[in-house]
Amino acid sequence: MKGFRKLTLVNLKLYLREPISTFFTLAFPPLLVVLFGAMYGNDPSPMFGGYGSMDVSMPAYTAMILGTVGFLGVPITISGYRESGVLRRFQATPMRPLTYILADIVANLVTTLLGMMGLVIIGWLLYHVQFEGQVMAVILAVVFCGLAMFSIGYLIAGLAPGARTAQVVGMVIFYPMMFLSGASIPLEIMPETIQRIANFLPLTYVVRLLRGLWFGDAWGEHLLETAVLSGVLLVCTALAARFFRWE
Amino acid sequence: MPTVIEVGNLRKTYGSVIAVDDVSFEVNEGEIFGMVGPNGAGKTTTIECIEGLRRPDDGSVKLLGMDPSEKRRAIANHIGVQLQESALPPRLRVVEALELFASFYEHRADAEELLDILGLTEKRSSAFDKLSGGQKQRLFIALALINRQKIVFFDELTTGLDPQARRSMWDLVRQIREQGCTVFLTTHSMEEAERLCDRVLIIDRGQIVALDTPEAMIRSLGAENRLVFTLPENQADPLLTDLPQVQRVEQFGERVVVYGHGERFASSVVYALEDAGVDFLDLRTEQPNLEDVFLSLTGREMRE
Repeated sequence: MKGFRKLTLVNLKLYLREPISTFFTLAFPPLLVVLFGAMYGNDPSPMFGGYGSMDVSMPAYTAMILGTVGFLGVPITISGYRESGVLRRFQATPMRPLTYILADIVANLVTTLLGMMGLVIIGWLLYHVQFEGQVMAVILAVVFCGLAMFSIGYLIAGLAPGARTAQVVGMVIFYPMMFLSGASIPLEIMPETIQRIANFLPLTYVVRLLRGLWFGDAWGEHLLETAVLSGVLLVCTALAARFFRWE
Repeated sequence: MPTVIEVGNLRKTYGSVIAVDDVSFEVNEGEIFGMVGPNGAGKTTTIECIEGLRRPDDGSVKLLGMDPSEKRRAIANHIGVQLQESALPPRLRVVEALELFASFYEHRADAEELLDILGLTEKRSSAFDKLSGGQKQRLFIALALINRQKIVFFDELTTGLDPQARRSMWDLVRQIREQGCTVFLTTHSMEEAERLCDRVLIIDRGQIVALDTPEAMIRSLGAENRLVFTLPENQADPLLTDLPQVQRVEQFGERVVVYGHGERFASSVVYALEDAGVDFLDLRTEQPNLEDVFLSLTGREMRE
């Protein structure tokens, strides 16, 4: 238990010391608020069900942070640690492999929530963004979606032969998905074809679930999203456990 | 002396390459046991099978009476491990690494004391990727000692260390043993094995070539001593082969090597040279060492 706490804390510190990952989780989303806010403002729009574009961007950018951590952070770190021999060194201690993974997941969830907090604070300061949901439900949904996204990341790390490949695969999957899932640009302004493609992307379901809960929907109204993400979580966790390698 | 490591008919292959082939030996409590051989001889595979990091294809390994591939965690609590190839997260600081690894164990050594012993106190706040090769090596040695272990494994203990650090590491290993800890190390330095180890296992191409104390190995060679000197030009070839202690004489240009044995070997040669009025230079004796043992047993030079 002491090992778990210590490792979580160390992982968190290491994450915050990495300038690139810190930028994309903590600084980039608020920057988008400033940039897109200046372009589009936050006036209520019928297209967004009476909310402003910055209002709907809060849950969307949160999904983007989850995607960044899951598709880029997790695979790059884990496969990099494997390649350089960090995982081997941990393997030679009495720590359980599961403890290692859990500490990594918790640290990633904390960074995600930190990024989300920064995003919401900027959104509120600049545009008084609306929030109509329940805080606990939204946090729970972020954790749930996080687990689903990170499990994909662990799977990529397990399948990729090296750190470079893991990075490329993560980027190839994430960057198009970031634009096609509504995580950066609302799907409402996209052509119908793209909206149809979006149905095949896991991140789309994260955006829909988070946006729903953000504006006060009950979980019960998002059974499809919950089911899809649970499926992703179960399948990817099983596969990631199967393909995970210490070296 | 109780046995702490038992290896029986260990075999490990990687594809078609046989890394370790039918290796059996035992390590006693409190000894410094060295495994020596050229690169690729099977040292790391053997040590990692014992540590529980690799699963043998065949044969048995017992560590403190337990099978490492079944009781990895129980064993990991009692052993310290320095791996030949490993790393830490690039931005992890020295003192953080020690505290983190200490948190994984039930019994912990004092992190500050280890920093001091290994000369890392000044580097305590440095990130791992800012350390030199030698500093990284010393940090990994500190991590291997963090849990008050019963057995410590060093895979290539002094690789990357300068000669001075090497010698202080040898002193440290002797101190660790004084405290009752068993030391298992691999090295490709015959000098290190000879100076440091109580018993040495010579391994080559996955098989045991010899296993004994360094002294006994050298003695078993038939203990031919060598006397080397330089003969300036125009000097007559001294007739040394008549001496009873001398076995043979080889001459390479100016350099003369006299092989022989017996207690008065060196002095009898010197007297004979003086009597003959030979003006020899740079006279020195060479004792046989483990390099010679390896050469005589494998027919090859022990080189990296």
